[in-house]
Amino acid sequence: MATEHVDGTNRGNVVLYALSTCGWCGKTKELLRQMGVAFDFVYVDLLEGSEQDDAITQVEKFNPQGSFPTLVIDDRKVIVGFREQEIREALGS
Amino acid sequence: MSFTGVSESDVDRLYRVLKQEAEDGGYRFNPDSDFTKNLIRGILKNEQRYGYRACPCRLASGKSAEDLDIVCPCDYRDPDLSEYGACYCALYVSDAVAEGKQQPPPIPDRRPPRSERRKEAVVHTVATGPVMTLPLPVWRCRVCGYLCARNQPPDTCPICKVKKDRFERFI
Repeated sequence: MATEHVDGTNRGNVVLYALSTCGWCGKTKELLRQMGVAFDFVYVDLLEGSEQDDAITQVEKFNPQGSFPTLVIDDRKVIVGFREQEIREALGS
Repeated sequence: MSFTGVSESDVDRLYRVLKQEAEDGGYRFNPDSDFTKNLIRGILKNEQRYGYRACPCRLASGKSAEDLDIVCPCDYRDPDLSEYGACYCALYVSDAVAEGKQQPPPIPDRRPPRSERRKEAVVHTVATGPVMTLPLPVWRCRVCGYLCARNQPPDTCPICKVKKDRFERFI
């Protein structure tokens, strides 16, 4: 899947599933940038065909609702929605 | 985030129209105009790529019949406004949020997950109790709950301005 990488401090494998049009997704991405955390993100709405289907299935695995933003840390910790406090605590800053 | 084909003047124009419509119907727009315009930009982008104004904070399928419930304003706006003080995107907000007395919280998506979603447009009737004899059918706007008794629903909801296809037969 075509993810984009943002450089920063390594706090584990941080993946943000987002939509390019969504306000809370934008705020979540901006928070991660501000915190200086290294992360990968993917705009699921910009994917097509089977690549998009695969991404949706992956999001649903972590968040059965299949909603955005879904933030996954080390394939274990999942934060759905722009929850600033929780994100800060999970990524230790 | 900017999108090709969506100009700032298009964004400003739709922002003004929707804000006015919201206020005329007793709704409030998020006072953070940068945030709100970004959502409007997303709605215009969705109209361009899908052909309908799908919610910018949800993934649209590209099939309008499957996504009628998330055409903005969505079927979930009013229950979310009542419970959380904002719609899912926080485009529409309660008076308390509009006046800065409260922040919009993260809202769990009220839309059923993909596996539970109806694949076709909703049947525009609601099961009712006893059979009633009325001179006219009653139609309900799925977005704002407006009711009217007439042969057909109006082309546009006079309260929330959504189109005829968002009405269901209520009685």
